[in-house]
Formats: sequence, structure tokens, C-alpha cells
Amino acid sequence: MLIIIDYQMGNVNSIYNMIKKIGYTSIISNNPKDLEKATKIIIPGVGAFDKGIENMEKLKLIEILNQRVISDKIPTLGICLGMQLMAQSSEEGTKNGLGWVKTKVEKIIANDPSIKIPHIGWNTIKIIKNSKLYKGMENQENRFYFAHSYIIRPQDDITISTTTYGIEFVSSFEKDNIVGVQFHPEKSHKFGMQLLKNFIENY
Amino acid sequence: MYKTRVIPVLLLKKRGLYKGIKFRDHKYVGDPINTVRIFNEKEVDELIILDIEAHKVGIDFEYLKEVVSEAFIPIGYGGGIKSVEDAKKLFSIGIEKIILNTYATLNPELIKNLSEVFGSQSIIFSLDVKKNLLGKYSVYIKAGKEKTKYDPIDIATKMEKLGAGEILLNDIDRDGTFKGYNLELIKQISSKLSIPLIACGGAKEILDFKKAKQAGAHACAAGSMFVFHMPHRAVIISYPSEKELKQIEY
Repeated sequence: MLIIIDYQMGNVNSIYNMIKKIGYTSIISNNPKDLEKATKIIIPGVGAFDKGIENMEKLKLIEILNQRVISDKIPTLGICLGMQLMAQSSEEGTKNGLGWVKTKVEKIIANDPSIKIPHIGWNTIKIIKNSKLYKGMENQENRFYFAHSYIIRPQDDITISTTTYGIEFVSSFEKDNIVGVQFHPEKSHKFGMQLLKNFIENY
Repeated sequence: MYKTRVIPVLLLKKRGLYKGIKFRDHKYVGDPINTVRIFNEKEVDELIILDIEAHKVGIDFEYLKEVVSEAFIPIGYGGGIKSVEDAKKLFSIGIEKIILNTYATLNPELIKNLSEVFGSQSIIFSLDVKKNLLGKYSVYIKAGKEKTKYDPIDIATKMEKLGAGEILLNDIDRDGTFKGYNLELIKQISSKLSIPLIACGGAKEILDFKKAKQAGAHACAAGSMFVFHMPHRAVIISYPSEKELKQIEY
């Protein structure tokens, strides 16, 4: 059972709809009981870092997520804020992240005044490491929709793709059963469908 | 590589799509669900839907949910948003960004409250401007019906400070006129901002996008150009292909 976690940080319906469009079913839930039965998890998210963690705390999701994702190694995809929450901390807030990935989230800093922040719009990704997430997508130009002001800097061990906007940053990472994407596959029509299909079928 | 966005703007009124000239004389264009479906199939970069009556009659959440349910592209919605609660509902039905004008102008703190919860990247301030008889620009609210005391640059920078992530600049005098964008105004305002500016009002052809981009626009929006075929304003939905845009080096 694929669970899309609704921790009240937006966006759950578009992911649900896209998954339906590619022929799979999912459940939108914030009930820890449903998470016990999950075979795959998607953590979406739009919004501020602290608010995201706060909502997860309120909904008593953190403990069960740690158990399912870290101990049980359930394949888990974080999208945008959902990806950033997997880090240890963020310059956007003061709260600790989930800490599943040893990295921190930083503000985009660009010296060029024509680089406007937030980074909003379509950008290409550079796949730098083979991953099941991009199966069948290696030899095409992949373009995704981004909307963010914070980034994770490239790291050798986990980065699977980077994107450049003023600076080069991690557009997706993978660590064991955990994958994170900075962009929004659910808003990236055919490219997003391909990626979500890969997550569902290959993990 | 970053791609400069081209964004169709659709005006919603009583569950129908309309397009006017200079924010007036709105003509029925078509069915919203069908039109959004067409733009989704054309894989547009982004879509903006503005409900031009919502500031009076409220947000039609139920219908919006239907409109966006089959769209797998980013959709911005504006019209009648006055609270964090409204925004929460919009995001949960699949709206990617919210666009504020009237209520944010009357209560600028709203932008701050919204950006603290949802992040700047989901908040657009719609700056609707019009030149007065003395050649000075005034800022308008309530779908262009009411003039405010604000100066465009002052309010744009104020909204940026409060947490808006983008400014949608509408030149009311050019809306629906096919006269090209107001490049001077784009230049003036974008140079004062560190957030993206979306230009809107007057686009006739794709070369206008290139000119707006050179003037400092971070994205180009248009209404009439994508729904009407000139000279008779016949309703034809169109969107430039990537090849066409590459040819003009947009």
C-alpha cells in the first residue's frame, strides 16, 4: 500500500491524481495506523521547514516514520519540503529535521542579480549517478518544475542528480531506501509521471 | 538549463472563462475544465487562473478542485483569498501557488502570515497598475475597479519584504490590446526586486516574450494571445512550441 502522507503542508491531491493517471492506487493519510501497513511512502510538502516538522510532531508521525523508514527500510520518496525535512537541519528554521540523511539545507545564495530567488520554474537535471529512479530516462533531457528558496549542496555519497540555478545543488538524492527530489514530479507532466512510475515499480 | 516560463492566464467568472480588454468588456471564451485540459495536453510551463468575481462572491473551491484535478502542471490561482485557511484549502486541492491582490493590499500582513506557513515560493502578489492622466502609475484592486494610494514600486518592494515570492505585473491599459508589454515598467520594477517578476498585459507574439525577458521579466504571461485568433478575436486555444521559442532564442 502506497501512502501519501498528509501532514497538512499542501499538495497531496496532485500526487494522488498523477499516481492514479499512471495506473496505480494510493492512500492519502496522516494516521499512524495506516503507516504501519505501508509498503511505500511519499512525503510531499510545500512550505516552511519548522512548520512541517511541527505538524509531523502534532500528528504523532515522527516515531512511526522513523520505524517504518529507518528500521523497516520501506521505500520512501520525499518531494520538495518533504525531501528537505529528511536532512538534519535547515537555515530556514530552528527545528531539527528528521535526520535520515546527514546533510543540512541552506539558502540559495547567488551573486548574479539576474538570479532571482525563489527558484521558480522549469529546469533540467544532470544525472550523475545511476539510479532506479531514472531508469529509461538516462538518455533524454529531463525537465522538472521547481519552486524553492533552499537547497542541499552536492554530496558525493548521496547525490544522484544536480541542477544549476546560480549555484549547483542537489535536485535528487538516494540513500538506501530513501529518495528525495527537490522538484515537483506531480507538476512536471510526462517527466513527473515517468519518475513516479519508476519509484512505484523499481523500489 | 533554466527555462523562462510562458504562462497562459485564464479569467474565471461563474464557472465560465472570459477575456476582456483593459480589465473590462469580458467576452465568454469557453469551458474552464475543457480549456485547462487543452493547456495541460500542450504541456504549458504553468497556468494562472484568476477568478475576477471571487472578491465579491467568495472562492468556488468545489469547482476549482474539478478544474485542476486532471492537470499535471503548476497552477496558480487568484481571487478572493483572505486567510491562511483559504490558502490551505487551495493547496490541498492541488493549486501550486496562490495569487493575492485585493486582500493583501488592504491587509499586507496577510502576505507575511501566508509566507510563514507556506513559504515564499507559493505566494504571488498581483500588481495591477494603470497610468493616470498625469502619466503617473497607480495601483488598483478589486479586479481593476478600485484605485489605491500606493505607488507600484513601493508596494512591490513592500510585498517582497513581507514574503511574496513573485510579483505578477499587470498593465491594465495594455490588457487584451495586443500592443506588446510595457517594457519600461517591467524594467523599472524588476530592477528593484530580488524575486521573480511575471510580466502580463499586451502580448501579441512570441517576440514580445523575448523583449520582456530582456527588460527583466522572469516569466511572461498572456491571456488574449493564447485564446484569441486575430483580427476577429475568434476563440482558438494556442501555445508556442519549444521549437518556436528556441528559434527566437527566448
